[in-house]
Amino acid sequence: MNPRPENRGAAIELETVSKAYGSFRALDGVSLGIEPGEFMTLLGPSGSGKTTTLNVIAGFTDVTSGKLRVGGNSVVGVPAHKRNIGVVFQHYALFPHMTVGRNVAYPLTLRGVDQAKRKARVAEALDMVKMGDFAHRYPSELSGGQQQRVALARAIVFDPPLLLMDEPLGALDKRLREWLQLEIKRIHRELGTTFVYVTHDQEEALVLSDRIAVFNRGRIEQVGTGRQLYDEPATLFVGRFIGDSTVLRGEARSDGTSTALGIAGETVTAPRRLTGEANPVMLLRPEKLSLRRPDQKAAAGANRLSGTIAEAIYLGSGSKYEVKLGDGAMAIVRSPLTGESFGLGEKVELCFDGADAKLLPDDSTADTTLT
Amino acid sequence: MSALEPTTLSAERRAGWAWRPFALTLPALVLLAAVIGYPLITIVLRSLSEPEWGVQNYAWFFGAPVNLAVLQRTFAISAWVTLVCVVCAYPYAYLMTAVGPRVRLVLVLCVLIPFWVSGVVRTLSWVILLQDSGVINSLLRSADFAGIRLIRTQTGVVIGMAQVLLPFMILPLYSVMKGIDIRLVQAARSLGARPSRAFFTVYLPLSLPGVYAGAVIVFILALGFYITPALLGGPRSTMLSTLVQTQVLSLLQWGRGGAMGVVLLVTTFLLLALAAPVMRSRHREAGRR
Repeated sequence: MNPRPENRGAAIELETVSKAYGSFRALDGVSLGIEPGEFMTLLGPSGSGKTTTLNVIAGFTDVTSGKLRVGGNSVVGVPAHKRNIGVVFQHYALFPHMTVGRNVAYPLTLRGVDQAKRKARVAEALDMVKMGDFAHRYPSELSGGQQQRVALARAIVFDPPLLLMDEPLGALDKRLREWLQLEIKRIHRELGTTFVYVTHDQEEALVLSDRIAVFNRGRIEQVGTGRQLYDEPATLFVGRFIGDSTVLRGEARSDGTSTALGIAGETVTAPRRLTGEANPVMLLRPEKLSLRRPDQKAAAGANRLSGTIAEAIYLGSGSKYEVKLGDGAMAIVRSPLTGESFGLGEKVELCFDGADAKLLPDDSTADTTLT
Repeated sequence: MSALEPTTLSAERRAGWAWRPFALTLPALVLLAAVIGYPLITIVLRSLSEPEWGVQNYAWFFGAPVNLAVLQRTFAISAWVTLVCVVCAYPYAYLMTAVGPRVRLVLVLCVLIPFWVSGVVRTLSWVILLQDSGVINSLLRSADFAGIRLIRTQTGVVIGMAQVLLPFMILPLYSVMKGIDIRLVQAARSLGARPSRAFFTVYLPLSLPGVYAGAVIVFILALGFYITPALLGGPRSTMLSTLVQTQVLSLLQWGRGGAMGVVLLVTTFLLLALAAPVMRSRHREAGRR
């Protein structure tokens, strides 16, 4: 493991990869390029195809059609044990009849590494995950977080150019999860290996990733950095999946340069229009919205919608309000501590700058697939 | 009683209640004492007291080479039966874990239906299959092979006994195998193990407790088999229970019969004691989900 060449991760290319189970298309023409050494997260709700994609890369699942290259070479039809890819599973998958040391040594034994070298590399890998003192324990004697760290050591000990992780922190509690996220980030930096990480937790994806691929119904909706996905969601689904958001739907009228939505007798406008025939909706981030009492004067040109405070949550760093609008839709507003506070049931006006509203085509799957 | 002072009360009460779970096993204990304990003691006593007090029955048993040969053969046949059962049951039990619930039900029934047919009937059907003019030999001859002698040989006895005892191997194996997380094999594959290597380093070690459990049951049951070896075997494949039957029912030598039974029992215990350290797995919960 010692001399690490620069940029030792493998590039991955998926080209219109499809996987069908009978008439169900688990993957429907997925194309994705992952750079060497990149931390790529596959994010999506359950059944969206993210784990299938991981299994396809690992070699556990055959593709129905499409191309898959790892490090420039096609791996379609190559069995899992010949792909030299590290995999970390949500269920740890440590061998219960072997000690921690033997678990980590397993991939080295298979590769015929001699005993002295094996010992050194096992110790190095265990040190990297801070489990150096546990080599003689059995997996059943470890906590979930410890087991997952051992599993991580086992997956990197043979220096694979690519590491796949399938919701590795899914079974752990929140604090441990947050700490291990930072550990994984550190290990990624130290190794320079390409990481592909599957999760349904958007916060985890934002913390860890260089880039995120958002999956929905067997397709990729958008690939980009966390910031790109948050600021410039390509679809309503992405906008709703990443971060909190308020979606305004209404009767849409577009002229040449702007779009107006009529919502329960009130009208809001955004200085843009959507190309094509799709029905436009407005997506607004919580920090772009502000609240005021109806008697207060609003800034000129700002959009206003009347509503009622349905929930007020004190967050420490500020407050979060859920506001019920005239048409029954819920808006989420985050306001700083210095702002005014509002009580439950209070009548308020929701204000925003039309330029902050993101116009997106309406997408029924955005609502139904979210839990 | 007050809910505020439960500690002292419950300590007292717990002491009084501690024996109750054991009380529930009382009927079983009484039954075991009556049908196992009493006859066992009787056998030991009669082996030492008939026709007169002393060890003459044991001296007779160990003094006759034919008896020792039969004892040895009994263990050899039982070992063969156990081996045949492991080889046949392992893939079958694995298949039971791999298929869907409906096919599994069919597989379970295939194991259990012969189980519900009387041993005599089953053994007689083996006679039909194995005899010199039986189904197997007719098939062989019609395919221009020479017939083989199966009935009244040790091979015939092993075949018949293995079939009867197969469920006792399949069921413990299945119960262990269904607890093995098959995803561990997938993990081994991802770490670079080809399928056969993944099986021998991960699946097989995790399934061994089932193999041991089944093997012990089959081996011990095989030691005491009477009907199958009597009907399928010849004079050169007599097992100890046949000898006991001859002594007790034909020659009315209860002492000698008892001595043989005690020898079989003690030898079995010795073998189990020898095998125990091998079978004791460090992590019994190994591979459980």
